[in-house]
Amino acid sequence: MAENKTQSEPLFSKKNMGLLKDPLTDSNPVTVQVLGICSALAITAELKASLIMGLSVIFVLGAGNVVISLMRNIIPSAIRIIAQLVVVAALVILVDLTLKAYVPDLAKKLSVFVGLIITNCIIMGRFEAFALANGPWKSFLDGVGNAAGYAGILIVVGFFRELLGSGKLFGFSVFGDPVEKTGLYALGYENNGFMLLAPMALITLGLIIGFQRSRNKSLIETN
Amino acid sequence: MSKRTDSNGYTIIFSIVLVIVVGALLAFFANFTKADRVKNDQVKAQIDILNAIGVDADRSNATEMFAKYIKVQKVIEGEKVSDDDKAYLIDVKKELDNAKKGLTQRLPLFIAEKDGKSLFILPVRGNGLWDAIWGYIALNDDLKSINGVYFDHKGETPGLGANITEKFFTDDFKGENIYDASGNFKGIEISKSNGDPNNADKADSQVDAISGATITGNGVGAMINSGIRAYLPYFSTLNK
Repeated sequence: MAENKTQSEPLFSKKNMGLLKDPLTDSNPVTVQVLGICSALAITAELKASLIMGLSVIFVLGAGNVVISLMRNIIPSAIRIIAQLVVVAALVILVDLTLKAYVPDLAKKLSVFVGLIITNCIIMGRFEAFALANGPWKSFLDGVGNAAGYAGILIVVGFFRELLGSGKLFGFSVFGDPVEKTGLYALGYENNGFMLLAPMALITLGLIIGFQRSRNKSLIETN
Repeated sequence: MSKRTDSNGYTIIFSIVLVIVVGALLAFFANFTKADRVKNDQVKAQIDILNAIGVDADRSNATEMFAKYIKVQKVIEGEKVSDDDKAYLIDVKKELDNAKKGLTQRLPLFIAEKDGKSLFILPVRGNGLWDAIWGYIALNDDLKSINGVYFDHKGETPGLGANITEKFFTDDFKGENIYDASGNFKGIEISKSNGDPNNADKADSQVDAISGATITGNGVGAMINSGIRAYLPYFSTLNK
């Protein structure tokens, strides 16, 4: 972190940690800024897919922010957006190839959505709004923070959808066997298949947004 | 932004360097992971073939199960038929393209032994609504009825056309006849109007369609018919 030698600020100063922590809650990219919704709806039917997608975005945005930040003084402003796209596309292809090579079944499940990380508004948004104007360490924290905020929401939505939709977590049955009617199913419990469809992801996300705003009134927009 | 980075020359040089660096990096990484990706695809083909005869395999035991059930792999090239234990690696898409160009299509055929019966498995490939669909058809040893099917797709609509991979659809093919009463090849029709939702009638060569997936369903029917038809000349030599 050569950049930090010129700054008197310590690496984990309160301000720097704020870059990491704020996007987890009060400036969460999904629930507050409402970015990256498409993938949040599409791949959250299972917790494992949510987790891998979250980790992929953390890698792409963390690394991407650092690369863009290091290049911020040499990128010609005329082709700034194109340069950002090339960087994010390269990182996404790296992730895609890695998933295909080492977790092929999951790669198939995530299918086009890994590729679509390229168009995730959170990523271009952070490049444009933060990495182009800040040093690599701060950009890294900002990238990881925002991506983790996104991943956190994905995981919460994935948790409820997999639990209520298929009665499983990470593919393991938690309520008993729905076919053999053991555990909770013996009492007449049924999985709610509707949870597996995209509309319920939107409703779950809406409930999370509503819950967050009920706890933090300053987030409520007034028209 | 400083003035220096705004000139046209700088912009062009920057783009060229960026693209070369990124291209080289990706090419290197693609090569690095190639062996694993190719192996994954090969294992997937084995799993899919086993799936058509109702054997559940996963990545850890696929090769072993494949060796256990698939006794003979044949390649049919026109009149010529040969044994080839790498037949499952044949790229069906490429062979179909070859057939269109007028070249001889290499047709892989897998003969499985399951519960004391021989099953004939053949790959099929066609078009759904949005993109390619493909699968494997397992025929009973009389070569007149279907033992099981496996379908997959590249980009059919989730919840509609994508349901061709689901058990409720593929199970309907089991036992279905591909010949009509007078012994002519008929294939399978994905029917919206056969009045047989539970698919009790196996002689009618019709499978109940999925609501909202008409074009994908028609694609499945066409894929099965043209796929099996390509093997008929060979089957006729077997005198079954």
